[in-house]
Amino acid sequence: MLQTNLEHIESEEQLKELIENNEKVAICCGRMGPMCIPVYDIFEILQGNYPDIQFRDMDFDVPEAAAIKNLPECRGFWGLPYTIYYRNGKVVKATSSIQSAKEVKSIINDIFA
Amino acid sequence: MQKFDVIIIGAGPAGLAAAIYTSRATLSTLVIDESSAGGQVKTTHQVANYPGLVEPIAGHELAGNMRKQAEKYGTRFKLAADITAFHLSDQEKWVELDDEEKITAEFVIIATGSSPRLLNIPGEQEYKGSGVSYCATCDGEFYKDKDIFVIGGGNSAMEESLLLLQFVKSITVIHQFDNLQAEKITADKATTNPKVKILWSHEPRAFYKKENKMVVEAEDLKTNKRIRLERDGIFIFVGLVPNSTFLKNIPIQLTKYGYIITGPQMETNIRGVYAAGDIRDKRHRQITTSVGDGTIAALEIIHKV
Repeated sequence: MLQTNLEHIESEEQLKELIENNEKVAICCGRMGPMCIPVYDIFEILQGNYPDIQFRDMDFDVPEAAAIKNLPECRGFWGLPYTIYYRNGKVVKATSSIQSAKEVKSIINDIFA
Repeated sequence: MQKFDVIIIGAGPAGLAAAIYTSRATLSTLVIDESSAGGQVKTTHQVANYPGLVEPIAGHELAGNMRKQAEKYGTRFKLAADITAFHLSDQEKWVELDDEEKITAEFVIIATGSSPRLLNIPGEQEYKGSGVSYCATCDGEFYKDKDIFVIGGGNSAMEESLLLLQFVKSITVIHQFDNLQAEKITADKATTNPKVKILWSHEPRAFYKKENKMVVEAEDLKTNKRIRLERDGIFIFVGLVPNSTFLKNIPIQLTKYGYIITGPQMETNIRGVYAAGDIRDKRHRQITTSVGDGTIAALEIIHKV
């Protein structure tokens, strides 16, 4: 279980429902590790600044995370966390490994503008 | 323009310790950070040498506690905020955030710490997370039974190599010198492992991808000849750099390596501007020394107010 203040995604159904019912969704899938924690923290801060975006996290080691790991956009990813951005139910951006607040804000401003 | 008694730039242990002291002394205190609170501590797996904690504590938990403690005494935070302009002089101090808010203060503490050094060569950024990694504990298992490069020969490179040896088939260390800079006990553990080879006096110049393999183009620093080697992945551990580039247009005294020069009371050459923690020119960089620096800077400011 991830120890963050973000809402967690715990099932494939929950993920499906989230991306079907929300235009803008950002999910950080990882562990409580050095590269992942800063991204969860940045999501926590940014969810106050971007109320129209649904920020979530997901434990990389639960079987349900296959819904993220098996995305074609994540093929070739060899670094945690995987960060996936959905718009209107479709993946519009995916990143692997740590991202700075500046990088996350730049992606959000680009794809969710 | 908003006004605070103290602006602290950087929310690592030095900045948070200073904030706890200045806020408790009822000085209005704003902590600014371009990321979240905690600095490098939040990315440390476990902290075992912080006095008063009998059992090791997760770095993110310690960082979270420091932030909560500062908040409890009234510290305000602006996190994930970009400083888009600022001015620091004896007479005037202000910062502008995200091209919007302008905030002024009588005192400023710079506690921006340091960050892992990047090689800044072609391919490094492009393959981050898909062949290039900076964390053995995070990404080591992706390379189970694979052949990898480790770039670097200091303590972090050798400690991370020991972790990676639990997963990988082989490690080729690429190091710019003829000897390792890591402590002997750690270096010996890594280098005596039959799975480890070292390419001495070489520096990477570029990374490429060839089908599923990562290619390192490395230069022999003695002959200037370049070679290309293939492995499954690359882990980079080449030390830390001070987060001081944003100060380049400010007349603050820095060392040639970019660390801020202060007096024993943490004040810089600009009156009312202090530096604390890993950004400061000093010999030892630990959480405890950062907390000490932050405390001294805060007490000096409290004394002056």
